[in-house]
Amino acid sequence: MLYRTAGQFKTSYKADQALFPVRQDAVLLIAILIVAYVIFPLIASEFAYQTLLIPVMIYALAAMGLNILTGYAGQLSLGTGAFMGVGAYACYKLITIFPWMNPIVAILFSGVFSAGIGVAFGIPSLRIKGFYLAIATLAAQFFLVWLFEKWAWLYNYNASGAIQVPNTEMFGIYLTGPLASSVTQYYLVLVIVSFMTMLCINLTRGNLGRTWKATRDMDIAAELIGINLMRSKLIAFAISSYIVGVAGALYVFMWKGAAEPNLFDIPLSFQVLFIAIIGGLGSILGNYLGAILIVGLPVVLNLLPAALGLTISSALVEHLNIMIVGSLIIFFLIVEPHGLAQLWRLIREKLIIWPFPH
Amino acid sequence: MKDTEGYITPDGRQIGGVLMEMKNITLRFGGVVAINDISFDVREGEIRAIIGPNGAGKSSMLNIISGFYTPSEGEVFYKGEKRPPMKPFEVARMGVARTFQNIALFEGMTVLDNVMTGRLTHMNAGVLSQALWWGKARDEEMENREVVEKVIDFLEIQNIRKTPVGRLPYGLKKRVELARALAAEPSILLLDEPMAGMNVEEKEDMSRFILDVNDEFGTTIALIEHDMGVVMDISDRVVVMDYGKKIGDGTPDEVRNNQDVIDAYLGVAH
Repeated sequence: MLYRTAGQFKTSYKADQALFPVRQDAVLLIAILIVAYVIFPLIASEFAYQTLLIPVMIYALAAMGLNILTGYAGQLSLGTGAFMGVGAYACYKLITIFPWMNPIVAILFSGVFSAGIGVAFGIPSLRIKGFYLAIATLAAQFFLVWLFEKWAWLYNYNASGAIQVPNTEMFGIYLTGPLASSVTQYYLVLVIVSFMTMLCINLTRGNLGRTWKATRDMDIAAELIGINLMRSKLIAFAISSYIVGVAGALYVFMWKGAAEPNLFDIPLSFQVLFIAIIGGLGSILGNYLGAILIVGLPVVLNLLPAALGLTISSALVEHLNIMIVGSLIIFFLIVEPHGLAQLWRLIREKLIIWPFPH
Repeated sequence: MKDTEGYITPDGRQIGGVLMEMKNITLRFGGVVAINDISFDVREGEIRAIIGPNGAGKSSMLNIISGFYTPSEGEVFYKGEKRPPMKPFEVARMGVARTFQNIALFEGMTVLDNVMTGRLTHMNAGVLSQALWWGKARDEEMENREVVEKVIDFLEIQNIRKTPVGRLPYGLKKRVELARALAAEPSILLLDEPMAGMNVEEKEDMSRFILDVNDEFGTTIALIEHDMGVVMDISDRVVVMDYGKKIGDGTPDEVRNNQDVIDAYLGVAH
């Protein structure tokens, strides 16, 4: 009843192609933005920032990058973790080589490096596709993590082999490093992630988005209607890797605070891939839904026994976590293989015509 | 080039000069000769049919025109110029659009988006402009949307505009595919069995659309079709192929009375 489009007429193509042609969607988005920008900072605890809010956004951003490549352009990639690592290491080097550099600029610029490396590893996609391409990107994963470990220049030759985020400030406020407050970092991540999300929505609904989807759905037909497949795929790799790289920089600089090479190993790639798949390939909203599920579920499962008055050893909680998350992933994939975003799309279609069945 | 005046069809349409000419095309796959030394031309504004029994090499010929295959021998002249070997997407950008025998739509996209992909060759806003949805990208989107809406109106698919293509029945998919090809505003439109698998009414609809397209936009059409009735009705000139050879070329009436063609279709006593 609340969600009904009757009476909302569009009189121009511009109105029809607006970001949110349905008024309720726009209202909903504004509500979410108000909650994110105003309400959360007022009520969130340090714990909430560190375990939920910041990681959800960073993971959602990384998944969005992967989704552009896999969900929209149809190129399967298993190297997301390593590309995040490239972003993180690039940002670290930028900030340590040019200490005067604004950390926000450094974070946004570090994506350029991962974009370059992404394109380089995307070149095989011109000849191979599907699982074979996944294996090729897996090579990137192994190679890059090996490089992070062996190339001492990357971590400034320090003894631990890890990168430590230095304190940086802007207008007297610490943005990164141990001195930065969670609220500042939260806002920074929020602004960057919402901006990137807007760019992604625009890219995927425009000409480039159609080019990617055409490449994904049927590459031969795509070529015969005038799409340069090589260009389409490499642009997808570049943009996807850029976003993933920025997510990687945020991951270390805004959340973890320090990183060792193995942080960017395959488990991270898989985690981001799970988020993208569970959220829904070929959807922007899905990345958020998937990230909320994957990041939020373990937190909830951790807190649940205590809330119910049960005392369970932390090791058992940890194991239960893995089992429950794993079975939920299988459950979701069976119930809705197109992800949570598709679930929302179906609910929306039903809501628009509710209470009538057709 | 000789003979650029064209001719006038029995129903009074003026057919122009040669738009595309295939000269001595031969196509081999290893030892198999799919097309053997075939020449024919397609004139501006004409509906040109390529017919022949199964395996005659019709689709291969269409694939050569659209740049998907490169002929082993022979040349393609387009708009009076010899066409160098090209990638299919480059051919498409020169104004050659086509549909496919087995529908090749982008199943994950809506009808509108599918038809919009037909406009790709007309859009060239930069990535940044698209990402910000500002300036050139937005203007382009609106302009091209208008063209696309005209095509959608023309083919009477307004009501399924926002439906994902995967949910449509076969006949409509064929129509959407035609819409996508038309949206490109091609100089020459290649139709690969536009009526395959359709019932009589759908065939009538499709024939009407093909004639209307030719009539209203003046689009040159080259089509492959198995339904003889349809071919003889709508086409101006017909090329007949059999086992990779050209066995007939002319108006439907000429072709119908050609002994070789009759033999190829009905068989001969050996």
